[in-house]
Amino acid sequence: MYPENFRYTKEHEWVQTADGVGTVGITDHAQKELGDIVYVDLPKMGARVERGTSFGSVESVKAVSDIYAPVSGEVIGINEILSNKPETLNEDPHGAGWLVKIKLSDPGEIQQLLSAEDYQKYVGAEESGH
Amino acid sequence: MLSAIGASSLEDLFSHLPDEVRLNRPLNIAPGQSEYEIVDYFRARGEENANGYASFLGAGVYNHYRPVLVDTVVSRGEFLTSYTPYQAEISQGTLTTIFEFQTMICQLTGMEVANASMYDGSTAVPEAAMMAMRVTGRDRIVAARTLHPEYREVLRTYAQHQGMPVVECGYDPASGALDLDDLEKNIDGETAAVIIQSPNFFGIVEDVRPAAQIAHRHGALLIFVFAEAVSLGILEPPRDADIVAGELQSFAISPGYGGPFAGIIATKEKFMRQLPGRIVGETKDTRGNRAFCLTLATREQHIRREKATSNICTNQALIALMATVFMTVYGKQGLRELAEQNLAKAHYLAGKLPLRFSAPFFNEFVASANGRTPERLNELLLEKKIIGGLPLKRFYPELGNAMLICATEMSRREKLDAVAEVFAQ
Amino acid sequence: MIKKVRQHINQNEPLLFERSSPGKRGYQLPALDVPAVDAAKVLGRHNTRSEIEDFPEVSEVEAIRHFTRLSTHNYAIDLGLYPLGSCTMKYNPRVNEQVARIDGLAWAHPYQPETLSQGILEVLATLERMLAEITGMDAVTLQPAAGAHGEFTGILMIRALLESRGNPRKRLLIPDSAHGTNPATATMAGYSVENIKSNDCGMVDLEALAREVDENVAALMITNPNTLGVFEEKITRIAGILHAKGALVYMDGANMNALVGIARPGDFGVDVMHLNLHKTFSTPHGGGGPGSGPVACRAVLAPFLPTPRLARNDGRWAWNYDLPQSVGRVRAFYGNVGMHIRALAYILAHGGDGLRNATRDAVLNANYIRKLLEPYYDLPHKAPTMHECVFSDDRQAKRGVRTGDIAKRLIDYGFHPYTVSFPLIVRGAMMIEPTETEGKSELDLFIDALISIAKEIDDTPDLVLKAPHNTRTSRVDEVAAARKPIVRWKPEPKAGETVHPTPESDLAVNRAGNGR
Repeated sequence: MYPENFRYTKEHEWVQTADGVGTVGITDHAQKELGDIVYVDLPKMGARVERGTSFGSVESVKAVSDIYAPVSGEVIGINEILSNKPETLNEDPHGAGWLVKIKLSDPGEIQQLLSAEDYQKYVGAEESGH
Repeated sequence: MLSAIGASSLEDLFSHLPDEVRLNRPLNIAPGQSEYEIVDYFRARGEENANGYASFLGAGVYNHYRPVLVDTVVSRGEFLTSYTPYQAEISQGTLTTIFEFQTMICQLTGMEVANASMYDGSTAVPEAAMMAMRVTGRDRIVAARTLHPEYREVLRTYAQHQGMPVVECGYDPASGALDLDDLEKNIDGETAAVIIQSPNFFGIVEDVRPAAQIAHRHGALLIFVFAEAVSLGILEPPRDADIVAGELQSFAISPGYGGPFAGIIATKEKFMRQLPGRIVGETKDTRGNRAFCLTLATREQHIRREKATSNICTNQALIALMATVFMTVYGKQGLRELAEQNLAKAHYLAGKLPLRFSAPFFNEFVASANGRTPERLNELLLEKKIIGGLPLKRFYPELGNAMLICATEMSRREKLDAVAEVFAQ
Repeated sequence: MIKKVRQHINQNEPLLFERSSPGKRGYQLPALDVPAVDAAKVLGRHNTRSEIEDFPEVSEVEAIRHFTRLSTHNYAIDLGLYPLGSCTMKYNPRVNEQVARIDGLAWAHPYQPETLSQGILEVLATLERMLAEITGMDAVTLQPAAGAHGEFTGILMIRALLESRGNPRKRLLIPDSAHGTNPATATMAGYSVENIKSNDCGMVDLEALAREVDENVAALMITNPNTLGVFEEKITRIAGILHAKGALVYMDGANMNALVGIARPGDFGVDVMHLNLHKTFSTPHGGGGPGSGPVACRAVLAPFLPTPRLARNDGRWAWNYDLPQSVGRVRAFYGNVGMHIRALAYILAHGGDGLRNATRDAVLNANYIRKLLEPYYDLPHKAPTMHECVFSDDRQAKRGVRTGDIAKRLIDYGFHPYTVSFPLIVRGAMMIEPTETEGKSELDLFIDALISIAKEIDDTPDLVLKAPHNTRTSRVDEVAAARKPIVRWKPEPKAGETVHPTPESDLAVNRAGNGR
């Protein structure tokens, strides 16, 4: 369910790294919780983001969720589809629904994130806690 | 009912309240009165106010005729006693009229999107300023001194705690219009917005384009404010503005000693998500019929809480409906003709009085008291059962002996002549 | 078995712009008795607009039919119960509408001579006095336009008082059960927000509070009774904790309908509060406003009230602008005077005893509903109910049906829904406030409806999930409305643009008659 080569946060973001660049998105669990997504608020190109701080938000009709950066760095890519088709986040949260690409300032941060297995366990525990 | 609950008296329902909080005496308020006595009480209070006077006061609150249809419509219980249209299925009446209202405000102001009303013009101004801060990421505001003095006071009250420094730029003492050189001096790279009003507090019609150009050149937004909505029937709308904030009292809302009124904020589509207040949008229901609903609610307090665009919850829906009915009754031609009549009446009177300023004006202008004081002139006018203009010393000490006079379609020629006569004495 | 409503044919009606046709008129102005002026000459050509593009033109009969037909698409208090929690949807007395329109009051200009305004000033002064008596406070301002506006005013006053003592402080404490305006207001006033968790009884947790209150806290914003309809029984101790550290207590007065004539916030430790005239004091909601949010305060805060204040001078009422410590104006002029007139009429009609009786009836009605619905819906908080009660949809959620669905099915039964999903501290909240207006028969119909729906959820949940079925408008697509906001009508586009056609179902007239 959750891609093995991604890393995850407890706030339900994922990041996939390649060549010093991290592609960031929200997980399937997150999009399910939010329901139909109507709007995505993303940072501008070139913005600096800090791990653990909010860099944008995702909106459904009745709720807003902040998105927290899983890694620090500079925003070098924004998923333009989302401004016209925010539903992509619901349909394909781990693929076409990516949010931003970040040029990593500290690749070491990746190690502190959850593996797919750990995230799956965490989400399973959260779900049964309801 | 008490037995169904298992209580033996109404008092039981409050027995859980600690003694120290209980009010243990009756309220010091006289016993309830009959409908007849209540009507009588308020009639008597009405009689203690001015009755049957002709009035030449404007200054943000205007005497315009209220078509009978306005009260007919807003007195319908389905409009008067209905709640905020959160449940779209049973609020299409309210939602549809708000959608129409939003549309007509856009048509009038030349903007692309409008909200469903603010409390009034004076509070719409700081809300527009805060919007400009969010959009530009800057915090300084430059406000024209010819923006209504009480609107500026409200702006300062809000600005104090938003980290929003406000500086004022002056007016040309000859023309009465915005001093563009002073604007240029006061604006910088930290300015979020320039706020101008037209017609301004002196009634002068401002040239919006040069002010907008100066603002935009510095990366600031132009906020255009109007207090006399009827002016939009004839004046070119402020298409160069980024945000329009205004007061709709002129559209069938009784002066009512200052309220309730209805403000609006309108803007370009790209700033839509920064608008405060409720917004109605078009959609479909499950059967495919067109329907309307409140939308973009995630801007608002009940969802964003401390990060909301504003704390506003209740707005002025019924008052906005009065304005909507007014706009409907007059329509495209009527608003134009109404504005033309206002223009004619004011210019007829102004032609007989010593004018203080030279720039074009709509239905308000500043006249000099001609060797006497405005207060004295008003005394003489009161003897003729006429309430004269507003002495300006109170807000603009430098204009000591001037008064602000407004004439509308309700100002009869004989009264206009009477005012001219008193000035000429 | 649905007893309160039956189907009926209901008129369609398009938008004004779809009815509009050039040359139609609904107005007639008198002939001009002064010479006409050439607008372009007098204003400047570039300042004069050629026309108001696409503005509607309809006849008077079309206008009256338009609005009348649309009005019939609304639910309203005049039609029946609105069980909305914390909204206090009580009857809007019609005499209030009458007196607000009396000429001498309705046409008063805020700048007209005070000597010619003594009537309206007397009304305002009287209302101030009555509200002070009802709240147990020393001073009142009628300036704020609505509850949120009153909150903003009250918090500004607290800040000003603390500033005058040397330190405005940084934080406001707000219970997690609070209405969204509370934290939004805090931010506008330059404070940061600290949430205080409620305890198991849904009340403020005293220990948590005591831990949080320090010299950085300016005030606690509390609603009492809280949004569960429960009285904060430890309120005097709560106030004590705040006052001991030099902080203040702000009360959101939205729930005053449970207290009028029974208990006064000024007596139990509140320093400043706002009232909602459109809730407790019967002024009409009008589809979303206007409201009025007067602020009442203790003497220590009075110097900071907004400018101007009413004062008695030589046996006459006058506005006093000489208030050096005032927080300033929160709006132009004096407040929503039209609503003040209505609220005073309400108070005069009830009188002291009548107001207390209204409170008792409101609390009785809420308790009656609670008792009869308890067997069918979960009641997470068992503390005594005052004027509103909050159920949870937990039991029904097990069948996949949530509070929002139940609310929609209630519409088929002829009622407006209760408040859905608020307060946030109750999962799947169903917040119900009947007010004193409702008699037993309307309440019984309401209770029967909810009991019937509970059974439907067991037997035929789909009926509830897809509700409402019997309304002329079914569930609307809020997602589409938010994804692609269309917030105004636009005329038929020029060649090449995409078009959203006017639905045939909305056109009640022969299309040939339209100018589009």
